[in-house]
Amino acid sequence: MSESAEPTGTTEPGTINGAQRTELFAALRADEDTAMARLRGRLAVEAEREGLLDVAYRTLDSPVGTLLLAATGRGVVRVAYPSQDHDAALAQLAEVVGPRVLYAPARLDEVCRQLEQYFAGRRTAFDVPLDLRLSRGFRLAVLTHLSDIGYGRTESYREVAVAAGSPKAVRAVGTACATNPLPLVLPCHRVVRSDGSFGQYAGGAEAKQILLRMEAAA
Amino acid sequence: MGRPFEQIVSEHGPAVLRVCRAVVGPVDAEDAWSETFLAALRAYPELPADANVEAWLVTIAHRKAIDLTRARARRPVAVAEPPEPEAARTGGAADPSGTGDTDELWQALRALPDKQRASVAYHYLGGLPYREIASITGGSEDAARRAAADGIKKLRASYLPARNTEGARR
Repeated sequence: MSESAEPTGTTEPGTINGAQRTELFAALRADEDTAMARLRGRLAVEAEREGLLDVAYRTLDSPVGTLLLAATGRGVVRVAYPSQDHDAALAQLAEVVGPRVLYAPARLDEVCRQLEQYFAGRRTAFDVPLDLRLSRGFRLAVLTHLSDIGYGRTESYREVAVAAGSPKAVRAVGTACATNPLPLVLPCHRVVRSDGSFGQYAGGAEAKQILLRMEAAA
Repeated sequence: MGRPFEQIVSEHGPAVLRVCRAVVGPVDAEDAWSETFLAALRAYPELPADANVEAWLVTIAHRKAIDLTRARARRPVAVAEPPEPEAARTGGAADPSGTGDTDELWQALRALPDKQRASVAYHYLGGLPYREIASITGGSEDAARRAAADGIKKLRASYLPARNTEGARR
């Protein structure tokens, strides 16, 4: 016997079709959007308090687009540009860190505050705990070096390769920057071509220009 | 590994809220929903990849509803009289959007035997087949189907006429 969750086309006393169901239960949808917003906020707070979150995330509007920010219990684990597909970034975090991934802004308060200061020209370096588990090997060595490139300065891919211990690995430095899980916080935008042109960027060439010009003007 | 739990909340949260509203009423529904999703979040990493997520959530909601109802019964003083429909409508909690008559529907649902109310909610709001409902509420698949049919019959008789009369009055 076939079973359907969408009963249709019958008006027997004990059954209802889709339209009748909608009419009968319309009152249960009252105020649903605001109730859901309230419930999601409550779930995020309670989940954090109970230590149930593998990953907390939120978004932040910025001069270089809406950023995804995500943190584990260890620290900020991911910053993603709009062009990097936020859903894919969250799916990767569920895979690598754990599936208990929730929109839970509180854990990102501090990095948000610092990013807002940075975009306002009032901050030149970030001071938040980081979780670098999405990178390893040479890419991790490159990322670790990025923090040494100060605000308003740039280095060439070649210079970064030397600093990371593999002078010939210029292309690999490009890959490490392109796959940087923490752009902005780890400033891969300060790595440019040897001829001085900006080159590619995880958030797009335009975002890189905006950031470097902002830092140069400060 | 599972999808981000946030997607589970987005996809199933509203339907589970409707189930909670139908089973425990508008006042307790948000507590039931919160406890359901917190318990689900806790257990989520162990959920098999091919599990029926909606049925899993409704099963948890069913247990939480029973817990809430028992807790209510243990402290009867805390059970307030249901507010007058007009007061509820202007009071904000029930139905500020005016899309339905939350309290009247809840009165009609509350008049049903528990098993009928649960079967109606899990089938028509949770989208569960009667086989799944039977495993949640106990009894046979046919019994769950009969309970839902009887519940719907009573609801249509008790709630819709009152609602239509009032609608015509406005």
